[in-house]
Amino acid sequence: MSDLKGIYALWYREFKVFQRERSRIVASIINPILWLLIIGGGLGSVLSFGGVDYLTFLYPGILVQSLLFSAVFFGVYIVWDKKIDFLKEVLVSPMSRTSIFIGKVLGGSTDTLLQSAILLVIGYAFTVTGVLTGITFSVVSVVIACIFLFVTTVGLVSIGLIIGSQMESPEGFQLISSFLIFPMFFLSGALFPIENLPGWLTPFVLLNPATYTVDGLRGTLIGLHRFNLGVDLLVISIFSLAMILIGTYAFRKIKL
Amino acid sequence: MQIIEIKNLTKKFGKLTAVDSLDLTIEKGEVFGLLGPNGAGKSTTLLMLTTLIPPTSGTALVNNFDIIREPDRVRKSIGIVFQDPSSDEMLTGYENLKLHGLLYDMDSALREERIAEVLRLVDLTARKDDMVKKYSGGMRRRLEIARGLMHHPEILFLDEPTLGLDPQTREHIWEYIKKLSTEKKITIIITTHYMDEADRLCNRLAIIDRGKIAALGSPDQLKKDLGGDIIRIRIKNFNRESLAGLDYINDIQTDDEGVSVTVRDASLHLQDVLSRTGPVESVEVRPLTLEDVFIHYTGRAIREGAPEGGWAEKAMQARLRK
Repeated sequence: MSDLKGIYALWYREFKVFQRERSRIVASIINPILWLLIIGGGLGSVLSFGGVDYLTFLYPGILVQSLLFSAVFFGVYIVWDKKIDFLKEVLVSPMSRTSIFIGKVLGGSTDTLLQSAILLVIGYAFTVTGVLTGITFSVVSVVIACIFLFVTTVGLVSIGLIIGSQMESPEGFQLISSFLIFPMFFLSGALFPIENLPGWLTPFVLLNPATYTVDGLRGTLIGLHRFNLGVDLLVISIFSLAMILIGTYAFRKIKL
Repeated sequence: MQIIEIKNLTKKFGKLTAVDSLDLTIEKGEVFGLLGPNGAGKSTTLLMLTTLIPPTSGTALVNNFDIIREPDRVRKSIGIVFQDPSSDEMLTGYENLKLHGLLYDMDSALREERIAEVLRLVDLTARKDDMVKKYSGGMRRRLEIARGLMHHPEILFLDEPTLGLDPQTREHIWEYIKKLSTEKKITIIITTHYMDEADRLCNRLAIIDRGKIAALGSPDQLKKDLGGDIIRIRIKNFNRESLAGLDYINDIQTDDEGVSVTVRDASLHLQDVLSRTGPVESVEVRPLTLEDVFIHYTGRAIREGAPEGGWAEKAMQARLRK
């Protein structure tokens, strides 16, 4: 595969840029902490689901929230690359479009997963200091959580890139992706058990891939879940695979 | 030997025909210019030749590869410097070049050798470890030209290489382009709407207007074809009939401020022209320029600047990204 160096190149670029954009890293850590402490702390005094603290219940949800926002929004960078001619520089190289897409997905996934890793460390620190209770941080649970995070991220980054490849302005991207991200977040069970939603929303909840990631993570970390973890993983894998295929197609037809 | 053969190339965007049945051959080793106003179809032609957008109909052979059937091989043969900034300003100059080397599948020894080589060519060796956002517009342009050359392409496309740059930087870039052409024997295709640039650099050029070739030839030939000098007259009540049927007159253009008469040799015919037009307010004689050729073939002056925003402006926008 002569495109391996090119895939590495695209990953290398995203990683370098991510490293240099300190504000992005800081924001990506501070936001989830605020959510945890303010929403988790505020509602925690009156709420509790499934016999655990609300803060504990919320933690896996916040992991997914950070995935959703940073992975999908990563697609906006491709719109920016279009505004300047950087995207053309990549498209005019001998690399195949499929490889370009893979390189971009890997780059975006790395950014997102680094943020998740930081959140896991914060979760662990909270657990050690007693702020969070009832979360299992074992080698097995962390490995399983990472698998869930990785598979979901790949699918979500692909969604962002698909939208980005079709959009011409960052504002348009923001609009479309918000329409997608907010329902996915609110209907995933990240903030409250999905059983609490009105019945007519159930199909949307069940069609939402984030539901299965939240369920999988909560099952792994707290032991609280609705579906079998294998089913969760299967659904997300199918989702991510489908997004990769659509994304590859979208990149072949990319609008300049 | 021909290196690019464009056959009936057409691109339509909805109802607009941006490039209209273009036929053109470009010889190996020449510096070829595509000259035209904004929106004439120059950049669209370039995007098709570099396989970035598909033609509506027709095709082209680039380095003997078909742009539709063998885009990968075309891409391996060409280098391109885009109109808008295309380097990542969060990376250093060196990193941008490294990225390019990786995209073109170079191993590290070759990559390092080529990076050093092109950095020397554009005089950026000392600044290679600075982030591109600290570069001036001209430096960034030079970096992108260096990048376009790194993989030793057979053909280098330059889309408005000096748009929005200061005169001194333009001069530098012209020097580089000349040097590339004579030392490396690379075929260079330039789009531009600067007449002086085309006149100075191109062996041959095509004047493109509304997606078609309006004129084709060397700058000197084009000027010679049209005739030698311009007599510029300010006059009240100009009567076109007074100059009709004279074989030494090649063209008459009128505008708000006066009349431009293109004649074969002004030193011989000035007296005759003035005696026919009657009393004039002022008269001025100058040799024909490429600009006059352009006006002759397109019927309008080239618009200076770029209404859609120049290169420097785009660079500023890109800067606001983060």
